Amino acid sequence: MSLKKLYQQVLLDHNKNPRNFHVIDHATHYAHGVNPLCGDDYHLFITIENNRIVNIGFHGNGCAISKSVSSMMTEHVMNKSVTEVIQIKDQFIDLMTNELTDESATHLLGHLTLFETVKDFPIRVKCATLIWRALEAALSNELSKKVSTE
Amino acid sequence: MNRRSDFPIFHAHPDLVYLDSGATTHKPRGVIDAISHCYSSSYGTVHRGIYDLSVQSTNQYNQAREAVKRYMNASSSRNILFTRGTTDSINLAAFGYLDHRLETGDEILITEVEHHANFVPWQQLAKRHNIDLKFAPIDDDGSFNMNVFKEYVTPKTKMIAVTHISNVLGTIFPVQEIATLAKENGSVLLIDGAQAIAHQAVDMQALAPDFYCFSGHKMYGPSGIGICYASDAVIDEMQPISFGGDMIETVKKEGTTFTQPPLKFEAGTPPIVEAIGLHAAIDYVSSIGLSDIQAHEDALTHHALSELSGIDWVSVLGKAKHRSSTISFNVDGIHPHDLGTILDSDNIAVRVGHHCAQPTMTRFNVPATARVSFGVYNQHSDIDRLVQSLYHAREVFGL
Repeated sequence: MSLKKLYQQVLLDHNKNPRNFHVIDHATHYAHGVNPLCGDDYHLFITIENNRIVNIGFHGNGCAISKSVSSMMTEHVMNKSVTEVIQIKDQFIDLMTNELTDESATHLLGHLTLFETVKDFPIRVKCATLIWRALEAALSNELSKKVSTE
Repeated sequence: MNRRSDFPIFHAHPDLVYLDSGATTHKPRGVIDAISHCYSSSYGTVHRGIYDLSVQSTNQYNQAREAVKRYMNASSSRNILFTRGTTDSINLAAFGYLDHRLETGDEILITEVEHHANFVPWQQLAKRHNIDLKFAPIDDDGSFNMNVFKEYVTPKTKMIAVTHISNVLGTIFPVQEIATLAKENGSVLLIDGAQAIAHQAVDMQALAPDFYCFSGHKMYGPSGIGICYASDAVIDEMQPISFGGDMIETVKKEGTTFTQPPLKFEAGTPPIVEAIGLHAAIDYVSSIGLSDIQAHEDALTHHALSELSGIDWVSVLGKAKHRSSTISFNVDGIHPHDLGTILDSDNIAVRVGHHCAQPTMTRFNVPATARVSFGVYNQHSDIDRLVQSLYHAREVFGL
């Protein structure tokens, strides 16, 4: 369990300067992700056109892991089709619980594989999956969704 | 004072710095041995068996109640109700007493810094009866302000429920003054003593609250046992909220009559060994003496506050003068959860999060904090290790 590996530079950079860290007015999809045990709390906004994510933003509060995952997730799914994004989401959640063996999975996740180290800190897995659960809820196509990781 | 060697956990984890006694304390050998001894040599059910083991367990269970009575200086063991913990105790007061006493227009008064255990039950009751739950504010520095509190007490205030010591801010509430105020106003008073019971002496006859609630596991005893002290003024007005064996007098198809307190409120097989373990914890605390414990923890608190306030990237939440050994703080640029993970990697256990006090977090406009709290096993060197690890956290974060 390497602390340095967990808090590597790229993660700290996204924590300090989160990308797409803003509210999107008139988003077509929205979800609110909360971890009631620790208080991590994010709002996720998505605009989908022709089954493709054309804009995504998030806002809220949380630890470095939850914030950097959210930031990198938004960059990673921007301009991808909903079908592909759902595959990425499933793959990321799988990454938090299983060994990454599938090469295509690595390809799907790209830089997001750096969060594999979170597995070594089981108590923090929920921090890494929170925004993906919100993404899941938002994509299920109903506005004003609230999800909780507990 | 160095009591570390009394606690087997530090033999198993020699490098552990445990700074989360506010959440739960570790157990001294005497408590572990008492539990083990009971199960190994004298365990049976209570109040039922004719056989010797049952008689032994029943005697020990009753002695535990007597020990709690002496520890709190209650006038009778009849007022000592065994529960599962503080939360259970407060729910018993709320739903076993206040629920059937509330009338239209009544008010319940708590403060804005209560633990969820002394918040949610009252909120549920208020909702059920469609009455007002009022929140007395706390000063910006975390101090309890008696003048402000008084303004919230009205002729409609049926119930006042306050913490003895804040689990986030460490503030010690002036419970004696609050008790006087409640009495003058004819309000029923409940004190949440979860954070006080292992740190300072409490005296039910001097303080004279209607309810005083605490848990065994925060005072070196086992989990799964708590106390609801109920005064003579309220205990005969209480109704059981749990029904079954042990709390009955006669049961017939046509109806059931209940036995007398305290058993009236202890349906089913009670936490027998937990009560016996609690007795051992009381013996342990009493053998050291609460005034020595308080002096030890005050010295640790003073050391911690002076160290933490000397670091410009650390901000301490709650600076009441009259305070206990619970200290909440934040480190600039590091979320408390990340801080908790890094401290853990240095074998330092602290609590991070909202501490079951979300309204307190809202009041002080922080999403979460890190919190340290002390017990008899802590040393000045534990605080020095903490401070060292805070610098380590800043380094990991490149700050």
